[in-house]
Amino acid sequence: MWNFPLFPDQASTNAARVDALFLFELGVILFFTLAVCLAIFVLVVRFRRGRIVDRSGPPLEARWLEVTWIVIPLILSMIMFAWSADVYFRLYQAPPDAAEISVVGKQWMWYLQHPEGRSEINQLHVPVGRPIKLKMTSQDVIHSFYVPAFRIKQDVLPGRYTTLWFEPSKVGTYHLFCTEYCGTSHSEMIGTVTVMEPAEYDGWLAAGGAGPSQADEGERLFVQHHCAGCHRGSQVVNAPRLEGVYGKPVPIQDGKEVRFVTADDRYIRDSILMPRQEVVAGYQPVMPSFQGQISEPDLLKIIAYIKSLAAKETGTVR
Amino acid sequence: MSNEEDYLQEYTLRSWLLTTDHKRVGLLYMASITLFFFVGGAAATVMRLELMTPKGDVLGSPDAYNRLFTMHGVIMIFFFLVPSIPAVLGNFLLPLMIGARDLAFPKLNLLSWYVYMTGGLIGIWILLFGGVDTGWTFYTPFSTMFSNTMVVTAALAVFITGFSSILTGLNFIVTVHTMRAPGMTWFRLPLFVWSHYATSLVMVLGTPVLAITVMLVALERLFHIGIFDPKLGGDPILFQHLFWFYSHPAVYIMVLPGMAVISEIVPCFSRRPIFGYRFIAGSSMAIAIFGFLVWGHHMFVSGQSMYAGMVFSIISFLVAIPSAIKVFNWTTTMYKGAVWLDTPMLYALGFIGLFTIGGLTGLMLASLGVDVHVHDTYFVVAHFHYIMVGGAVMAYLGGIHFWWPKMTGRMYPEIWGKLSALIVFVGFNLTFFPQFILGYLGMPRRYYEYSPEFQVLNVMSTAGASILAVGYVMPLVYLLLSLRQPAYAGPNPWGATGLEWQTDSPPPVHNFHDMPVVTAEPYDYSPEAFQEEHDHAVSHASR
Ligand code: HEM
Ligand SMILES: [Cu+2]
Repeated sequence: MWNFPLFPDQASTNAARVDALFLFELGVILFFTLAVCLAIFVLVVRFRRGRIVDRSGPPLEARWLEVTWIVIPLILSMIMFAWSADVYFRLYQAPPDAAEISVVGKQWMWYLQHPEGRSEINQLHVPVGRPIKLKMTSQDVIHSFYVPAFRIKQDVLPGRYTTLWFEPSKVGTYHLFCTEYCGTSHSEMIGTVTVMEPAEYDGWLAAGGAGPSQADEGERLFVQHHCAGCHRGSQVVNAPRLEGVYGKPVPIQDGKEVRFVTADDRYIRDSILMPRQEVVAGYQPVMPSFQGQISEPDLLKIIAYIKSLAAKETGTVR
Repeated sequence: MSNEEDYLQEYTLRSWLLTTDHKRVGLLYMASITLFFFVGGAAATVMRLELMTPKGDVLGSPDAYNRLFTMHGVIMIFFFLVPSIPAVLGNFLLPLMIGARDLAFPKLNLLSWYVYMTGGLIGIWILLFGGVDTGWTFYTPFSTMFSNTMVVTAALAVFITGFSSILTGLNFIVTVHTMRAPGMTWFRLPLFVWSHYATSLVMVLGTPVLAITVMLVALERLFHIGIFDPKLGGDPILFQHLFWFYSHPAVYIMVLPGMAVISEIVPCFSRRPIFGYRFIAGSSMAIAIFGFLVWGHHMFVSGQSMYAGMVFSIISFLVAIPSAIKVFNWTTTMYKGAVWLDTPMLYALGFIGLFTIGGLTGLMLASLGVDVHVHDTYFVVAHFHYIMVGGAVMAYLGGIHFWWPKMTGRMYPEIWGKLSALIVFVGFNLTFFPQFILGYLGMPRRYYEYSPEFQVLNVMSTAGASILAVGYVMPLVYLLLSLRQPAYAGPNPWGATGLEWQTDSPPPVHNFHDMPVVTAEPYDYSPEAFQEEHDHAVSHASR
């Protein structure tokens, strides 16, 4: 009964950074709380009513004292701010070589897919010591992806991609929670993250069968939804080719002006769902919207496919 | 001291429901918010019982729990905390403290109570006939497109109640500007008045934004106009910006009046002038103004830009400074005083301790990297209960005890008062301290079931809540019982300075027999003066 935890597991490189700052702040807080309590206690005892003490000339204002207790907290809090901003920036800037796993939240479960193709529900398997980047979206309301042992959290929004990264540092099984209230079964929208040795992880991936990778599935969908008809091979309509587009600036006709937009996940998603919003310069706005026809996981697959074309030569206008 | 004209003399229901006397309106508010406090408290008790075990086996349905925490939050925030000190103590005391006969707009004041009651009764109606399950934050698109509960009605209740806040705020601002007694300069205003002035500015500037926000939620729900729903081209983050633009400053609507009360009690029970009067007055204004610039610290993991996060974080650290000034000044006020631990002072010291913990843990939440981990966990639940319950409610109870003799002419039994303060303090810490640990361990909030390793701390919290409940019921009982005694408290049982103590207890209908003229600074206490009048009054109560 008395064996219950008082401090969470530390299972990612981020956890140690957050804990170090937290413990520093805890120290500051304890110091000030104890100082205030002690001061109150001493003053109440020393100057309690009826006791004979020197009460002459109580100070009414002391500029130097006020300035001291403005400046010291100010300095301490600026230290906390700078330190915490540093931790925050590291949490949101994934290393470029991170493996990208897709996450879709919906009432009330998590759907996760690995680039190699294997997908899982309410479970995430990752290799220890390798950076992992999550690309996340929601099919309905706002959810939030939270792994306490990694000290990471990020809201998962409908209609948008958010990202999060971590590097697991300890083998084991950890909680995965949803922390943005999302309706009836919010507290059941939970799962586990299993951190494995890399070799074990590769075995686990293979055990899912050598199915198509996420990008290959995306290609299948690309053909199935007739994207290919316009965007590659013998084009039916004059549409931009998508090889080499991902990550590059694309010229967009904006009234009479042309502006450049980076072809990232958001751009590709919006181009599929709201094609009239940003039309590539030199093309007619003829693409139909696929709103309501392609599910969130499938959108992620198609994006993965287009991303896999990034290295190929582009055939777009310039 | 002619009793005929004391403001409590008339007994008919009509005389209460049609009164324009600020003192009576204050008491009307007191009766109604007490009711709401206990309704919200009952919801809290049931929730804590549910959380005693990791499985949902008390209520039996997650929806019931979700509706319960929503109503607990809505009632406690909109129908208890926001009106509590300003509408009860502020209404009662503000004119007395500045030497006025009433507020600037007495009829508007009565109207504000009716508006408040209309909103409140709609709230109770929702509670009885279905409930709402969105949480008091009404986040979209859940509230606009997915919830099947009475969201529009709840939005209406909040919308209506907001107007009572605006009316009260306006009334206070105009009153402070135009109705001060001769000699009552700005720097002779009691700090209670300064704090209420700052609060009123926040009420008047912030509440309309809330009204617009909940109106948009209702419109989106009814007509799908596409403001917040991404499927219709809307933006769910926009809602959060609008909501917190009111609701963060609203935290200061809850806590500034609490600071107001503490700034009166501490010098009186230390028998010396408050230390750093101008810094405390200035810090109230600074909190009110800066409070409008930090709403984005609720959204560090929402998907807003990292740079916005940085700006909101740094400003949040800056707002902590004026609060720290107050804590240090209150503490220093006891130095070379003659400290006296009667009930109001016990509540005030409790406030200082709990508010310090609540405020300092706020620094952790302002820290970007740490907040990512603890956001939307029990750490946050603990933090805001320390501020709002440990802070605002302690101050409210302290204030009620301090001014009870003024309002009713009766003393309460001191021994019971001290006991209640002690029980509340112990119960409070046992309830909410374990939640900091739970939160750092990673237990998310708004969970009706949880992982078994969190149970021990949850059981501690529930045990604390039952102690706390006893502490909250006690004052209700002995204060009401004290009304059976004759009005013996005398005009000034604490030997306090301040104009409100210079008139009868309970005060006459028009507050003062002769219009006061102010010739001295506030808090003109001297440690040497002995308080025979006080001892006399207290001895009456304990007979
Ligand atoms: C007897 C004392 C109280 C207890 C035991 C208590 C307990 C709780 C619990 C268990 C929750 C739900 C936390 C969650 O699952 O997220 C909660 C939420 C909350 N409480 Fe209390 N509470 C108490 C008093 C108060 C008071 C006096 C106030 C305000 C004056 C207050 C304001 C709130 C608010 C605003 C929420 C958030 C509701 C939401 O998440 O929508 N509580 N409280
Ligand atoms: Cu969720």
